[in-house]
Amino acid sequence: MAVSKLFGAKIKRREDPRLITGRATYTDDMQISGLAYAEIVRSPHAHARIKRIDVEAARRQPGVVAVFTGKDLQGVINPIPTAWLIPNADLKTPPHPALAVDTVRYVGDGVAVVVAEDRYAARDAAAQVRVDYEILPAVVDQQQAMAAGAPLLHADVPNNQAFKWALGNGEATAAAFKEAARDGVVIAQRFLNQRLIPNAMETRSVVARYNSGSGDLTVWYTTQNPHIARFLMSVVTGLPEHKIRIVAPEVGGGFGSKIPFYADEAIVVFCARKTGRPVKWTEDRRENYLTTIHGRDHITDLEVAARRDGTITALRGKTWANLGAYLSTAGPGIPTILHGLMLTGCYTIPNLDYVVYGVFTNTTPVDAYRGAGRPEATYLIERIVDLVAAKLTLDPADVRRKNFIPPDKFPYTSAEGLAYDSGNYGPALDKALAAVDYRRLREEQKRGPRNGKLLGIGLSTYVEICGLGPSSVVGSTGFQGGLWESAVVRLHPTAKATVFTGTSPHGQGEETTFAQVVADELGLPIDDIEVVHGDTAAVPMGWGTYGSRTTVVGGAAIVLAARRVREKAAKIAAHLLEAAEKDIVFDQGRFYVRGSPDKAKTIQEVTLQAYLAWNLPPGVEPALEASAFYDPTNFTFPFGSHVAVVEVDAETGQVALKRYVAIDDCGRVINPLIVDGQVHGGLVQGIAQALYEGAAYGRDGQLITGTMADYAVPKAHMFPTFETGRTETPSPHNPLGVKGVGETGTIASTPAVVNAVADALRSYGITTHLDMPLTPERAWNAIHGQRREVKAR
Amino acid sequence: MKRAVKVTVNGKAYAHEVEPRLLLVHYIRDMLGLTGTHVGCDTSNCGACTILINGRAVKSCTLLAVQAEGASIQTVEGLATDGKLHPIQEGFWEEHGLQCGFCTPGMMLTAVDLLQRNPDPTEEQIRMGIEGNLCRCTGYQHIVNSIQHAARKMRGAAGRATPR
Repeated sequence: MAVSKLFGAKIKRREDPRLITGRATYTDDMQISGLAYAEIVRSPHAHARIKRIDVEAARRQPGVVAVFTGKDLQGVINPIPTAWLIPNADLKTPPHPALAVDTVRYVGDGVAVVVAEDRYAARDAAAQVRVDYEILPAVVDQQQAMAAGAPLLHADVPNNQAFKWALGNGEATAAAFKEAARDGVVIAQRFLNQRLIPNAMETRSVVARYNSGSGDLTVWYTTQNPHIARFLMSVVTGLPEHKIRIVAPEVGGGFGSKIPFYADEAIVVFCARKTGRPVKWTEDRRENYLTTIHGRDHITDLEVAARRDGTITALRGKTWANLGAYLSTAGPGIPTILHGLMLTGCYTIPNLDYVVYGVFTNTTPVDAYRGAGRPEATYLIERIVDLVAAKLTLDPADVRRKNFIPPDKFPYTSAEGLAYDSGNYGPALDKALAAVDYRRLREEQKRGPRNGKLLGIGLSTYVEICGLGPSSVVGSTGFQGGLWESAVVRLHPTAKATVFTGTSPHGQGEETTFAQVVADELGLPIDDIEVVHGDTAAVPMGWGTYGSRTTVVGGAAIVLAARRVREKAAKIAAHLLEAAEKDIVFDQGRFYVRGSPDKAKTIQEVTLQAYLAWNLPPGVEPALEASAFYDPTNFTFPFGSHVAVVEVDAETGQVALKRYVAIDDCGRVINPLIVDGQVHGGLVQGIAQALYEGAAYGRDGQLITGTMADYAVPKAHMFPTFETGRTETPSPHNPLGVKGVGETGTIASTPAVVNAVADALRSYGITTHLDMPLTPERAWNAIHGQRREVKAR
Repeated sequence: MKRAVKVTVNGKAYAHEVEPRLLLVHYIRDMLGLTGTHVGCDTSNCGACTILINGRAVKSCTLLAVQAEGASIQTVEGLATDGKLHPIQEGFWEEHGLQCGFCTPGMMLTAVDLLQRNPDPTEEQIRMGIEGNLCRCTGYQHIVNSIQHAARKMRGAAGRATPR
């Protein structure tokens, strides 16, 4: 095998030239002749009955092509489905019409659509659509929604309970709690994991074109998973899958918010078919805040049982997960499978008893947002480990070490039943503590506040599940799909290569990392390799980009396909060299007979011969390409240790993040520059949950944080320079040894920062748990509610 | 009633009749076909639509096209000259200053304005200087590195490499 040259190399991204010169094509950049524009009329009420819709005035507006309401779509566009039917949870799947017919259930629910000659005309006309509503009482809080007498969203869903999902062993857990109550400690705490708005910088956009002559539908749109979109588009529109082409052009970030199949793409397709015009729809940011999925929104009551030496023996808890008004595509799976199954984290906690209620409310649907369930789980376990340490006056690093899964126990089966593939948690923690000089910081903290600033140090030792995932396992969790991945590696006669992947990267850099992998496998110059993704007409079925799966699963498919190409090339080379195949050596793009490196056939020569097919070995077909469909045998489990150092200003409650160290282990690293970029981006989203971001609804269901002026998308000056480092524990079952790194920063950083602020306040005698975001107001109230004077030192 | 507007964009003169309410960013994207300038919000917070008007960074969603009458505008498409990347483009490429690329044109033009006013900014000055531009992908750190890279390059090219 060729000596690896590019695997591990810090090379510049190959997707960048088009992006830095303004030559990339995002969906809204598309121009097609005859293009019309759609504007969706949306409910201003969180819960209301539609009494009457009058579209006549809108129809008379200049430039209007057509106006449609929910009634026009009935029987043509099927309800928008959810794709994660979690079993044994009494899951309710009430219908979700693409445009509401009788009832609107959240602010932003679509009621009509206007198609016009340009976007200004469409918006003018939309303002003329008259809807008479009978306003109904709304409910936005998930616990209130389950209370007796709460307004009901869906006719056949009592108490608004979408599901009840349970995990663990109640009896054994109860016994562990009994023992801890007698001889150890039991701590109970309510944790809120506030609702977040994903805020991909590009809003969603759809361009649909239907050819009534051929019956072909082409949809260009902002999706992370074009093949899933095609599958669901077929289900929703009734058009046959082979007549649908979905293209994800340049996509401007997703973070999970471009996984779901939304009502809007079905509405735009309906408009294109009905009007015979290609139709474009692009949401504005306010619309994005109202209708693109939100993330998180959990209320959790959690208890922990521990021995006096810090050994944690059990967790018991209940979570109420707000799902919004309808089940989004992956909605039910996020707070259950991707959350509950990671609750015990990186610790040998033997007993668990956990229940999750999924609840409908009059709010925007909730689905996967970066980390998707795992940040919520990591927040719970990493906060409660700190509470155990505080209660027992032990160092939080020591409590973590005491409970870590030891390195010789891998593969390790967790209390939740997952098999963690590999891990070595201690060295990552040691490295992170050394990086901040932990002992010195603790000594400094003991000396008390300096200039009214309270020093806090927060740890987070996380493990997460990604590389989604083995199809039979995800099938058993009710996910209505497989999560294998496809690849085609095609060499052209001149030995230039096109690599097709069923994943659909949108900023993660796999056009570069996948080319690095193929360059090594085939000994080709990287400039001779093009990676193609995001077009169902070009790429075989695949499942897209999310869940830190692209490099792990998609990369594995690519390396397998590349190796098949190499095997075939070796057969041809052996024939050309008149040698036995077993005697052929491949080294950096050259095939030769062992011991005779001077007489070689290059991959370029062999490829040309494969296409000329004048002299192929018997039984070998012409051409040189191979495909692979890779279904992983397990998930991967990246881990690491993060340390946040904060100063809390006792006068103002302002939290200053002074240092942030992230030591991550994502297995083998293909491109360190790209891995660092993924970590940085994840950190900012996780830290922002701890300190800045949070969606807020009024009791009437109005989104108060409804614009970018009201919701705190963080800015550059809110962060220090991050200090990143790595340990490397390859995944034993992945052909590349990689583990995934797209979400680690988000998963790990939220509890690290909250633990640091809590640590600062604790050093000052304040032990109240504070809910996120830790705004100056919240910290100030905690400090001044206790009426302490800060002594200058 | 439409109004006449004449502008120079990336050195090329344009004249159009436009609705008075037409936003400058829509004029640039839809009428001139220069789609490298993006729209990321509707409240002038995100900065994805940042362009240079007479050399200064401006959010093109906050202006009407008619207000740009007579202006000299530069967009991302005009940054590279004669096929050679501008130092800010080189910086973003070298230092992995972008991921999805959506905020990048606006971010680079803001940086150009910043470096014109302050050729040797500190990290803190860069972080404050780009506060009108949001990025959701990079965590900003590689953007800071990219701008520092460009600053070094531009100072070198200007022949006045200031010691740090």
